[in-house]
Amino acid sequence: MVDITPADAVPPAEVAEMELYHPHSWWTKYVFSQDAKVIAIQYSATATAIGMVALVLSWLMRLQLGFPGTFDFITPEAYYQFITMHGMIMVIYLLTALFLGGFGNYLIPLMVGARDMVFPYVNMLSYWIYLLAVLVLVSSFFAPGGPTGAGWTLYPPQAIMTGTPGGQDWGIILMLVSLILFIIGFTMGGLNYVVTVLQGRTRGMTLMRLPLTVWGIFTATVMALLAFPALFVACVMMLLDRALGTSFFMPAIVEMGEQLQHGGGSPILFQHLFWFFGHPEVYIVALPAFGIVSDLISTHARKNIFGYRMMVWAIVGIGALSFVVWAHHMYVSGMHPYFGFFFATTTLIIAVPTAIKVYNWVLTLWRGDIHLTIPMLFALAFIVTFVNGGLTGLFLGNVVVDVPLSDTMFVVAHFHMVMGVAPIIVIFGAIYHWYPKVTGRMLNETLGRFHFWVTFLGAYLIFFPMHYLGLMGVPRRYNELTDMTVMTESAHHLNSFISIMAFIVGFAQIVFLFNLIWSIRHGREAGGNPWRATTLEWQTAETPPGHGNFGKDLPIVYRWAYDYSVPGAKEDFIPQNVPGSFGPSREPA
Amino acid sequence: MRMALSDWQPLPIPPLLWLNTGVLVLSSIAMQCASLAARKGQVDMVRLGLASAGLTALAFLVGQLMAWRELSADGYFLASNPANSFFYLLTGMHGLHILGGLVGLGRTTVGAWNGARPQRLRLSVELCAMYWHFLLFVWLAIFALLAGWASTLIDICRGLLT
Amino acid sequence: MAVALVLVLIVVGSVLFHFLSPWWWTPIASNWDYIDNTIIITFWITGVVFAAVVLFMAYCVFRFRHREGNQAAYEPENRRLESWLTVVTAVGVTALLVPGLFVWSRFVNVPSDATEVEVVGQQWQWSFRLPGKDGKLGTSDTRDVNAENPLGVIAADANGQDDVVVEAADLHLPVGKPVKMLLRSIDVLHDFYVPEFRAKMDMIPGSVTYFWFTPTKTGTFQVLCAELCGQGHPMMHGVVMVDTQEDYLAWLGQQQTFAQLSAPQQMGSAE
Ligand code: HEM
Ligand SMILES: [Cu+2]
Ligand SMILES: [Cu+2]
Repeated sequence: MVDITPADAVPPAEVAEMELYHPHSWWTKYVFSQDAKVIAIQYSATATAIGMVALVLSWLMRLQLGFPGTFDFITPEAYYQFITMHGMIMVIYLLTALFLGGFGNYLIPLMVGARDMVFPYVNMLSYWIYLLAVLVLVSSFFAPGGPTGAGWTLYPPQAIMTGTPGGQDWGIILMLVSLILFIIGFTMGGLNYVVTVLQGRTRGMTLMRLPLTVWGIFTATVMALLAFPALFVACVMMLLDRALGTSFFMPAIVEMGEQLQHGGGSPILFQHLFWFFGHPEVYIVALPAFGIVSDLISTHARKNIFGYRMMVWAIVGIGALSFVVWAHHMYVSGMHPYFGFFFATTTLIIAVPTAIKVYNWVLTLWRGDIHLTIPMLFALAFIVTFVNGGLTGLFLGNVVVDVPLSDTMFVVAHFHMVMGVAPIIVIFGAIYHWYPKVTGRMLNETLGRFHFWVTFLGAYLIFFPMHYLGLMGVPRRYNELTDMTVMTESAHHLNSFISIMAFIVGFAQIVFLFNLIWSIRHGREAGGNPWRATTLEWQTAETPPGHGNFGKDLPIVYRWAYDYSVPGAKEDFIPQNVPGSFGPSREPA
Repeated sequence: MRMALSDWQPLPIPPLLWLNTGVLVLSSIAMQCASLAARKGQVDMVRLGLASAGLTALAFLVGQLMAWRELSADGYFLASNPANSFFYLLTGMHGLHILGGLVGLGRTTVGAWNGARPQRLRLSVELCAMYWHFLLFVWLAIFALLAGWASTLIDICRGLLT
Repeated sequence: MAVALVLVLIVVGSVLFHFLSPWWWTPIASNWDYIDNTIIITFWITGVVFAAVVLFMAYCVFRFRHREGNQAAYEPENRRLESWLTVVTAVGVTALLVPGLFVWSRFVNVPSDATEVEVVGQQWQWSFRLPGKDGKLGTSDTRDVNAENPLGVIAADANGQDDVVVEAADLHLPVGKPVKMLLRSIDVLHDFYVPEFRAKMDMIPGSVTYFWFTPTKTGTFQVLCAELCGQGHPMMHGVVMVDTQEDYLAWLGQQQTFAQLSAPQQMGSAE
C-alpha cells in the first residue's frame, strides 16, 4: 500500500532522447506528417466522415422499419446493403479507428511523456493505408451491383452467392479487400502504440503510474494485434472462395436449382474465425472507453480513481478472458451443443471483472466533489448505458436464454447499448474533455448540453424499448415486418416512435459537428489546463502542444495520475510531474 | 453433425518438400552463424553468413514453386478440393513471409557491405536471425501438418466443430 | 439536482415500462417454459442490479455535487469493500448460470421417444420430411438434389422410400408428442424459428443440426427464418399446425411418400 520510494526519487533515464523527423514543407507538416498528433487528427477526421455515412444509413433503415411501404427506393437489396455497411463502418472504420488511431495516437505519447510514437514513419503509413481502406469501402457504393448486403458478419455461403446483393458482383470483393487493407494499416499503427507504451515512457513513469486511458488503449491494441489476424485469414480465404473457386467455406450447394462447383468446405469454420476476432473486437472498442471514462470521472469528481490496481487487473483480465468466449455468438449456429456449457461459463465469468469496474466508477463518485461538466455528464451517461447493455449481455451469454433471443431485435438493442451508444458517449465526453488541449479553445457549453441531453435520453429511448420487440420474437435483419403474427399493431407504433427518436438523435450530432467546427475559432480560450488535471498532456509548455510534445526537457514523473484532493496539498490536484510529498503518499505501490 | 462426405482428400506430399526443408534448415544455420559473428564483430563472417542465408532462402522459394508446379501438373489444383486449397494457402502464406524476410535481409546485407555501425548491424542481424528461426519453426509445423497429421487433425476438429 | 432526478426517472421509467407496456413475449406453445422461467430470474437479478447502481449514482450526484468549499475524500482503495463486492457479484452470476446450464442440458438431450422430423431450408422456402411406417428417415445428399428430388433423398437408401415429403407446404405436428427437428439446408444458412416454441437453431448446408420440443397447444404458428439468407430472408415464412392426434393422422394420410413422388420420374428416365 504505502509507497516506500521517497516521492522525489527518480530513476535515471533509460532511453536516449528520440531524434525527431523535422518536416521541411507544408506537405510534410500537415499532410504526410509523421507527428502522432497530426496523424491522430487525420484518423479522427476520416473516421468521423465515414461515420456520418453510417449514421445516414441508419436513418434510411429506420425510415423503412418505422414507416414500411412508404419509401419505395429502399428495396430489400438496398436495405441489406445499408445494414451491412452501417454495421461494418460503425464497428471497424469508426470506433476501432477512432479509439486506437485517433485517441491512441494523440494521447499515448503525451500521457506517457514521449516526444512521439517510436516509429513515426510507420505510423504515418498506417494512416494512409487506413484511408485507402476507407476509399475502397466507399468505392463499393459506386461499383456495379453496389456494396455487399451480407450483413456485417459476412457469413458464407450467402455472402458470395447471387441471392445476396453484391455476392456475385464487386461488393463482397471490395469489402474483403478493404478489410485486409485496414488490418495491414492497423497492424502498423498497433505495433507502434505497444512499443511506445513499453519503451517510450519518460523517467519515473512506471507501468503502475500510467493513466487508465493508456492502460485501456494499450490492452485493446494488444488484443487487436492478436484478434485481427483471424479476420485477415478469414477474408483471404473467402476472397479465394469467391474469386478462384476454392471451397474453404463452401460445402456442396444447390443454388436456385443448380448444383454449384463448390464442395467440402465448412461454413462454421468461418464463423469461428470471424468471432475469434469479433468478440475481442467488442472489447477492443470497450477497453479504451473504460480507460478514458475512468480518467474523466476521476478528474471531474476531483477524486482519485477508486481501486486503481484492481482497475488495471480488470482491464488485463477482461482482455485475456475475451479470447475464450467467442462462441457465445454461435450458440444456435449448430456447432456442437456441448460447447454451450463451456462458453456460457466463461462468458458469465467475464461479467465479474466487468462488474468490478462499474463498482469502482460509482465508488469514485462516492464522497467526491462532483463537477457536472459536460465530460462528467457523458461519463455518467456511459455508466447508465453500459450497465444496461452489460446486464442484457447476461441474458444472451446464458446459453439457454439466448436460444429464443438470438437473432432478434433484443440482440440489436443489446449490442447497440453496450458497444454502440456506450463507447460513442465516451468518445463525446472525451472530445469535450480534450478538445481544449487539441485546439486551445473550449467547446460551446450550451450547444454541448443540448447535444448531451438529446443524445443520451434519445439513445436510451431508441434502444431500451427495442429489447421488448426482441422478446416478442421480432427477428433482426428484416426489412419488412408485415405479415407477421408477432408484430402487433402497437409494435408497429413503437417502431415508428423509435424511428422518430433516431432522427432526433441524429440531428443532435449535426449540432455537435457544428460546435466542433465553430469553436475552433470562436470558442472560449482554454489555457493549458482548464480542468486542473494531473496527467502529463495538460502540463505541456504550449497548448496545443508543438512538435515534440514537451519543451526542451521531457517531464519527469513523481507520482501516479490520480493525486486529486490530497490531504494537506494547497490545490485539489497535484500534476504527475510535480515533486515533493504532501503528507504520507498513499499512492498504491 | 457433419454429414459423412468423403470430401477431404489429402494430396500426396511431393518428396521435393523434404529437400526444401533441408535447405531452409541450412538457411537458419547460416543466419545463426552470422548472428554469432556479429556479436564477435567479425564482419567477414557476417557477410558470408548473410549471403548464404539469403541464397538458401531463395533456393527454398524456388523449390516450393517447383513443388507447386509438380502438383498442378499432376492435376492437384488450388480449387480441386479443400485439402488442396489449404495446402496452397499455407505454403503460399509462408512463402510470402519468407519473401518479406528477404527484403529485410537484403537491407541488412547491403549495410554489412557498406560499413554500417557495428551496433546497428548487430541488431539487424540478430533480428533477422530471430525471424528466420521463427519461419523455420512455422514451416516445420506446417510441414508436419501437411505430411500426415492433417487428416487426423481435421477429423478431430470436424468432430469438435459440428 | 436535475441530473440526479433524471437518473431516478430513468430507473422508474424503465421499471414501469417493463411492467406496464403491452410488449411482451407471445404465449408459449411448447414445453420450454423452463426457458421463460430462466429469463424471468435473469430479469429480476439484472433489474435489481440496474436499479441499485443507477440509484446509487443518483444519490452520489445529489449528495456530493460540487459546492463551494467541498473537498473530495482521498481513498485510493479499500480491499475489504472490493473483495466483498467481488464475492457478491460472483454469487449473483452463479445464480444466473446454474439454472441456465440445467435447462441447457435438457435442451440438448433429446428424449428417446421423440419422433424425428426433417426441415429443409432453401432460398426462400421451407420443406419437410417425415419418417414413413418404418419410423426411419432415409439419408440424403445435397448432390442428389434435382427438380424431381428437391430434398436430395438418396434413392438407393431403402429407409427413404416411404418417407413423407412435404415440399414447400405447411407442416403438421401432433400435440403433446416430443419431436426432434433435424435441420438441413441445401444452399445457405437459415434458421428455423417459431417464436411460440421458443426454440431455434441454424441450418447449415453440409450438416444436420437439431433441436427438440413438445408442442403443448393446438393451433397455427408462423415459422420465421432467423438467419440472414439473402434478400428474400424476411419473406421466408412458413406454417406449423399443431393438431390433435386424429387431425394429424388425417393430414398425414393425404401426403405423398418419396417413392410415390419419384415413381413417374423413374419410368420416364427408364426410356
Ligand atoms: C442512433 C444511432 C444508431 C441507429 C439509429 C442505428 C440503427 C440500426 C439499425 C436500424 C440496424 C439494423 C437492425 C436490423 O434490422 O437488424 C442497425 C444494425 C447495426 N448497427 Fe446500428 N444504429 C446506430 C448506431 C450504431 C453504432 C454507434 C454502432 C457501433 C457499434 C452500430 C452498430 C451496428 C451493427 C454492428 C449492426 C448490425 C448490422 C448487421 O446486422 O449486419 N450502430 N443499426
Ligand atoms: Cu462476444
Ligand atoms: Cu433467412
